[in-house]
Amino acid sequence: MLLDIPSWTAVLLTLTTSTTILISRDWRALLGALALQYLAAFWLVTRHLPLAMGSVKLIAGWMSVAVLGMTRINLTPVEDRDQDRFYPRGSAFRLLLMGIVILVSAGSAPRIEAAIPGMGLPVIAAGLLLVGAGLAQLGVTNDLLRVTLALLSILAGFEILYAAVESAILVTGLLAAVNLGLGVVGSYLMTAGSVPLIAPEDEE
Amino acid sequence: MSAPILWIGAPLLAGAAIFFLLNEKYSAYAGGGVAALLSLIALFIPIDTALLLGSLSLKISPAIEVFGRSFEFSAADGPLLAMIYGVSALWFFGSESTGSARRFSSLGLMIVALLTASLAVEPFLYAALLLEVAAMLIVFLLVPIYQTPGRGVVRYIVYQTLAMPFILFSGWMLAGVEANPGDLRTILESGIMLSMGFAFLFAVFPLYNWIPQLMEESPPFAVGFLLWALPVFTVIFALGFLDRYTWLRNTEQISNAILFSGVLMTASGGIFGALQRHLGRIMAYAAIAETGLFLAALGLNSSDLADIVFLALIPRGLELSVWALALSIIKRRAYPLKFSDIQGLARKYPIAAGSLILAHLSVAGFPLLAGFPARIALFQALSVESLGAAFWVFLGLWGLLTSAFRTLAALVMSAEETPWEVNETWAQTLMLAVGALGLFALGFFPQIMQPFLASLPQLFEHLVQ
Repeated sequence: MLLDIPSWTAVLLTLTTSTTILISRDWRALLGALALQYLAAFWLVTRHLPLAMGSVKLIAGWMSVAVLGMTRINLTPVEDRDQDRFYPRGSAFRLLLMGIVILVSAGSAPRIEAAIPGMGLPVIAAGLLLVGAGLAQLGVTNDLLRVTLALLSILAGFEILYAAVESAILVTGLLAAVNLGLGVVGSYLMTAGSVPLIAPEDEE
Repeated sequence: MSAPILWIGAPLLAGAAIFFLLNEKYSAYAGGGVAALLSLIALFIPIDTALLLGSLSLKISPAIEVFGRSFEFSAADGPLLAMIYGVSALWFFGSESTGSARRFSSLGLMIVALLTASLAVEPFLYAALLLEVAAMLIVFLLVPIYQTPGRGVVRYIVYQTLAMPFILFSGWMLAGVEANPGDLRTILESGIMLSMGFAFLFAVFPLYNWIPQLMEESPPFAVGFLLWALPVFTVIFALGFLDRYTWLRNTEQISNAILFSGVLMTASGGIFGALQRHLGRIMAYAAIAETGLFLAALGLNSSDLADIVFLALIPRGLELSVWALALSIIKRRAYPLKFSDIQGLARKYPIAAGSLILAHLSVAGFPLLAGFPARIALFQALSVESLGAAFWVFLGLWGLLTSAFRTLAALVMSAEETPWEVNETWAQTLMLAVGALGLFALGFFPQIMQPFLASLPQLFEHLVQ
């Protein structure tokens, strides 16, 4: 049980960061929370995978955060508009959504633990929390940065769960590529449209 | 030389080289040339068989190992690789006329290489990861850097990303089902997981809303390439599942669910297509309806299942490439491609307009065109299983035919005295003419596809029995 204290701390960190990502409007807080989320995911993944493979996930995740952060910092205020048009979109509604995610995760984690023994309750709880929070985020936003963060959260949750059943190096490598790729695609989409169309004759 | 290096590594490198080293002018020829060469090699040099050229012995070994997992092609994969790279060559040569040849040829080659890797990877479940990486690369084709991304592309990447975890988890669960076939709960759970994964990948009703949106927002040629590449490789991936797990194809409920979703896609795609007034959206719904036909074929309880699927799969590349190229040419003059914008354009772009209508009719299953033999074979098999399903598929194709005639009416709607002009370039004319001839050739002589169909029993040995 003592061994589980760090894992449960990681679950708590996951809960805090995913709630921050769902509620906060400051992009710095969003990316900071995502970086911390990868730290929690790293700890939980290493319950089942060797440290080196867990580190790959952590580094790939942090690289995605860095790519998104560098892109976001360079966007001009005009591009900085909040694209969300969803109602209701207040913090209270998002907190309610997160509450539902917590309830569903708390309800299903013990049942999954019973169905797949050996996975570990903290691993399942954190995985479900991240997937649930990511899905909730996808449901209430159109903003490209938030959509990318939601997809990265879902993938992080999935990776925590999948690490318990699959330990192939190729899968770890490809999942890292997918994480990085999502970061790059998100950055590209955020940048697209801000570059003016220049005809070849204008370039000369 | 090993087969995965030749058909995965080489196009990846060639794609990167085209992007960094070549300019717009030569990129399409380089990309098309590389794809055509790979297609010819696949067609004429058997994998894992020694060839003697004078004193020189040439052998393409079938597999390589990467991080403890293998990428493997068998001799039976040769015709399939030839088909994939042959159709890719058409797309890359066609990109010469679209004004984005460098980006298209380089990224396109890399995408096809990744998708081909998804056919070779063992265990084959990992294909879901490679499909996701390829899907992400396609985003760079869909959204030029100067264009603000719309909702369609965001939905596309969300749906493709959600598919991957479902498929990977279902694969792990299916292994459990194999170990304990009597466990109904695991069977049900893995079936649901797998269905969800493929529902996202195939863009099953109602998850296909991103396709018409994307056709409005993005370059038609790039979207056409996406609508060819992803469904084709997903179908082959799905055939792999059906071949590997006997219980999947023997469970009546699963077959019925696949058949029903396919029929629903075809019917809804055809009917919605008939109601559109935007050429891009019409093409999107036609592609949806055709993907529905693949699903309907996958749901058949017939040993001819793989034959029918491939009979429909091969012409799709030709139909969509001709259609997308014609649409790209017309879009330059008639943005944003609504009926009101294209009125009378048949007299200004007769070759593009004619090719567009031919491709449309072929997707609708018009006699003597490339899509016709597959539709006939499907109707024959479908009517034995369910007349109701055959009726709804017929209704969907009828909707496509209606939209083809509406498009034709809009294109020829011009004043009597409007003179005929040919505004297509020679390269555009050549590409469209070759494509249109191909549509007729596959319709008149469907036996051209026989070499591809002949290798199916070795590719899917449990499915074709």
